[in-house]
Amino acid sequence: MTSSPESGASVDAPQISPVDAAAVDAAVEAALAAFAAAADLDELKAARLAHTGDRAPLTLANKSIRTLPKDQKATAGKTMGAARGRITKALAARTEVLEAEHAERMLREEAVDVTAAAARRLTGARHPLSLLQERVSDIFVGMGWEIAEGPELEHDWFNFNALNFPPDHPAREMQDTFFVEPRESNLLLRTHTSPVQVRSMLERGAPVYVLCPGRTFRTDELDATHTPVFHQFEGLAVDRGLTMADLRGTLESFARQMFGPEARIRLRPNFFPFTEPSAEMDVWQPQAKGGPQWIEWGGCGMVHPNVLRSAGIDPEEYSGFAFGMGIERTLMFRNDVPDMRDMIEGDVRFSQHFGMEL
Amino acid sequence: MRIPLDWLREFAQVPADATAEDVLADLVTVGFEEEDVHRPADGLTGPLVVGQVLSKEPEPQKNGKTINWCQVRVVPEGAEQTLTGEGVEPSGVQGIVCGAQNFEAGDKVVVCLPGAVLPGDFRISPRKTYGHVSAGMMASMRELGLGDDHEGIIVLSDLGLDAEVGTDVFDLFGLREQAAEVNVTPDRSYGFSIRGMAREYSHATGTAFTDPAAGVTPPAADDAGPSVTLADEAPIYGTDGCDRFVARVVEGVDPAAATPPWMAARLRLAGIRPHSLAVDVSNYVMWELGQPLHFYDADRLTGGITVRRAAAGETLRTLDDKERTLDPEDLVIADESGAIGLAGVMGGAATEVSETTTRVLIESAHFDPVSIARTRRRHRLPSEASKRNERGVDWEIADEAAERAVQLLVELAGGTPAAGVTDVGERPAPVVVELDPEYPSRRIGVDYPRERVVELLEMLGAQVEDAGNVLRVTAPSWRHDLRVPEDYVEEVARLDGFDRIPATLPVAPPGRGLTRAQAQRRRVADVLAGGGLTEVLTYPFVSEAQNRLFGSATEAEGAAQRMVRLANPISSEFGWLRTSLLPNLLEAVRRNASRGFKDVALYEVGAVFLPGQTLGSPSNEPIGVQPSAETLDGLQAGIPDQPRHVAGAFAGHEAAPGAGFTPRAFDWQDPIAAALAVGRAVGVELTVSQGAHQAFHPGRTAELSLPDGTAVGVAGELLPAWLEAADMPARTGAFELDLDAVLAASAERVVARPLSTYPASTQDVALVVASDVVAGEVRATLAEGAGDLLEDVALFDVYEGTGVPEGHKSLAFTLRFRAPDRTLTADEASEARAAATALAAERHGAVQR
Repeated sequence: MTSSPESGASVDAPQISPVDAAAVDAAVEAALAAFAAAADLDELKAARLAHTGDRAPLTLANKSIRTLPKDQKATAGKTMGAARGRITKALAARTEVLEAEHAERMLREEAVDVTAAAARRLTGARHPLSLLQERVSDIFVGMGWEIAEGPELEHDWFNFNALNFPPDHPAREMQDTFFVEPRESNLLLRTHTSPVQVRSMLERGAPVYVLCPGRTFRTDELDATHTPVFHQFEGLAVDRGLTMADLRGTLESFARQMFGPEARIRLRPNFFPFTEPSAEMDVWQPQAKGGPQWIEWGGCGMVHPNVLRSAGIDPEEYSGFAFGMGIERTLMFRNDVPDMRDMIEGDVRFSQHFGMEL
Repeated sequence: MRIPLDWLREFAQVPADATAEDVLADLVTVGFEEEDVHRPADGLTGPLVVGQVLSKEPEPQKNGKTINWCQVRVVPEGAEQTLTGEGVEPSGVQGIVCGAQNFEAGDKVVVCLPGAVLPGDFRISPRKTYGHVSAGMMASMRELGLGDDHEGIIVLSDLGLDAEVGTDVFDLFGLREQAAEVNVTPDRSYGFSIRGMAREYSHATGTAFTDPAAGVTPPAADDAGPSVTLADEAPIYGTDGCDRFVARVVEGVDPAAATPPWMAARLRLAGIRPHSLAVDVSNYVMWELGQPLHFYDADRLTGGITVRRAAAGETLRTLDDKERTLDPEDLVIADESGAIGLAGVMGGAATEVSETTTRVLIESAHFDPVSIARTRRRHRLPSEASKRNERGVDWEIADEAAERAVQLLVELAGGTPAAGVTDVGERPAPVVVELDPEYPSRRIGVDYPRERVVELLEMLGAQVEDAGNVLRVTAPSWRHDLRVPEDYVEEVARLDGFDRIPATLPVAPPGRGLTRAQAQRRRVADVLAGGGLTEVLTYPFVSEAQNRLFGSATEAEGAAQRMVRLANPISSEFGWLRTSLLPNLLEAVRRNASRGFKDVALYEVGAVFLPGQTLGSPSNEPIGVQPSAETLDGLQAGIPDQPRHVAGAFAGHEAAPGAGFTPRAFDWQDPIAAALAVGRAVGVELTVSQGAHQAFHPGRTAELSLPDGTAVGVAGELLPAWLEAADMPARTGAFELDLDAVLAASAERVVARPLSTYPASTQDVALVVASDVVAGEVRATLAEGAGDLLEDVALFDVYEGTGVPEGHKSLAFTLRFRAPDRTLTADEASEARAAATALAAERHGAVQR
């Protein structure tokens, strides 16, 4: 909509004259009052349109300046300029106040109950047996050892013969072995991680310091303390002049890193075909459930010369020690897991309780 | 091995107040691990007395049972009842209701008087039952916790016992005694005897040892004894099946003679059920000296005895009354009628000592452990005798053991030793080891002076000869395990005490840390767990059908045809080794769902078993010898490939619903995204293409490939019908990758790409293509056609419906262009886009929408 003052046929004739300072002042006062009365930005916008819009008295008055005689134009311009200045200032001030109020109200209104936050996605977790295996590996890597691996489905030679188990020795039967069909294949599920020791010696020669973690198998029925599929870690060190004192020292250092500075190791004579002397190893557990006590942890000993020979290492030149522990068993007494079945059933609650750490 | 303490005390200096626990604590220091403690009196409180049944009145009941209302005298006639308490009759005669039927008036029985407490906190008190007040109980062996025998109540005469009425049953049965049970390792056969354990007790405590064999002086052998011929014509590994056979005969044995209570008590405490005097004597001597004996009824033998291998097809009815077909490798004891016993394992029924036997032939023999073990395994006949024989018995003890048995039969059964002592066979050459006296110190790290080494070896029974630089050591006859210097190193360390070994930490040469693959596997596991999946470790045992359905991840078309079957699985159904991780991973999903966890994402990293053409290889490499390189290659070639796979499964929703949050259901895209994340974790960009796998939804299966095109896995939604049949959550998705192959494709070195800081120009394009054209290919074509200016192209929408012709779909892509050296003009970007769409039009018939 436009007005055409030149035509003299304007629809919106000015209600106040730009030269009428009092009238202009009154209009400005009215505008300022309206701005001040605006309670929010919407009302302020309405007030702004009413007092400064195209058909507002002051706007029309301003436009009519052009139609004034020349001698009045300067005065009118000055009057109207002052009026605009007051209005612009008041409007800006009021806008600032109301915007601040608005922002504050928005923040207030948008407040939420943060305790109601949803999970948004499933929580993942590592299996504690894997975490423990990695932790043990890291301890030995820190001592300069390396991590060796080998197949779970093994040849009889690696699992037994190379480890000094004579074919008819009762010790073979103690291992409760899963055999592969046909039996003549001489394949079996490894009953311990010891075959990896043999492989490591064959591949790397001496000296060798390796930790062999992995899955092992025995034909036990699953119950609270047995599982046919379980995990072990075995350590093997072969070097010149290694003694059983070195074995004990290594185990104690390891135990302290696993169980704290109070951990101690006790060795008891035992029998394994692949070590001589052989020992059963107990660890002192000050924090054990049911009071401080020795807990049976695994087996160890000095590598039998027949094992070294099988793996091409001269027992006259080198000696070695080896040790092995069950990871499930370690987890059970270290982390108070009461039932072995919890570890193998895949119930998400078991792993998720541990999360990514143990 | 159970060791009754009073038996041990005969030969070792066990303090009178030592408990079974004390003895176990000493024995563990020399290598005999604690197994158990047996104390029959634990859980058993008196009064338990011998009673005599005065009267027994059967009273049939409505329920069909007949109970007996008995009067039982528990105090000798005329004597005063000194016990008091509710239900104890001052008259000394108790009224007792008894359900058992195996006794008569006049029998002597075990009476639990009111106030007694039996195992299981079973308290005896007078109670009203069947119209009587029953004030006591006549007990069975099982009720007293003395065995499994619950056929009826204990009748003393059945046990060959007689005792005065009122006798304390604790004393009669030796119930206040105790036994320590230890685990005997397979190398220490001598530990299966009181003799051996008494010796070890003396080693552990430094106290004196009395050899029970030293108290027995067998008469010299002569030619007047039973005829025995050792005739092994097929020795195993060149070792004769029997290298010593002592035979003695005792005549005039009273078949009705009973086992004395002290012997029965010791046997029971040792875990052996008393049987008859002859059997009990043979067991007693075996337990004491470690020598298994066999007794024959001498009158039932036909001619002389021969020890030989069985003839093909020969049969034998053994003591357990089973007819057995013998193997030509079985060693048998035979007379002229044929085999009469499986040597060292079990005797035959035909020549068994019975309740009429008066002439007993005692066999005390030494057998080859390997032969015995094979026969025992072949016939599944574990026995106390075979346990000792297959571990190796002391060759020297045979005549002493036979003499000890003769003495006991004379003493307890009124027998007379017959003239003649047979003792045939040849003593095996003793094993002599040359031991450097400094060797134990070098191996153990403890300084053992030469004199100490000699002292310790002599203590264990070895003969030590000083041969200058070395000691010439002859093993004692009961130690078959001492064959190499290291065996003596252990003995020195063991007898000196393992607790004296110090701790020193050896320094390993510098290591190389984890291998790259080991580190990458950890990263893959962490990425999946960080992405909301939970790691599980399932068994590798599956059914044949599961293997056929899931095949292998790298054989999407058709299941793996070859798989490994176990000869002795836990469950015959799940008797195969997995070729895929999915069957048991999905079972874990199902189990979680059944436990109420329906929104689950699981993963597993583990080996699968993929046999090749050959399965296994012979195993005849000798012990202690490195096989040749060819032999090792041959062994390796027969071992199936066992690549590590990674698999994941998604069921239910991405999360539980929450305030203002509606979780998305997992679908076919989640497994694909997870598989790609696995690749990205190790710097391998896997390619997705339409795949096919019989366990997966035919329209929602992706094949995953390495950049070189090798297929390494599958991902998508599982077959709906299978999910339903398997009781699995609908729409469950899964992926499986050959992780080893993915890791192997990981670049040794990632080459950096320069980053342009000039503004990007982004343009969208919508292309209409036929429905069967896959987005991935169109995207690849656009990338190729757009040229070097293209920085990225991504699919952001797929649309079918109004505006798109039937049988077609619209694919919307965003193309981001950027130049390395300047700000692109809109024209340049449009030109590149036009080139891309032109190529898409040419290749896929794509029409710009």
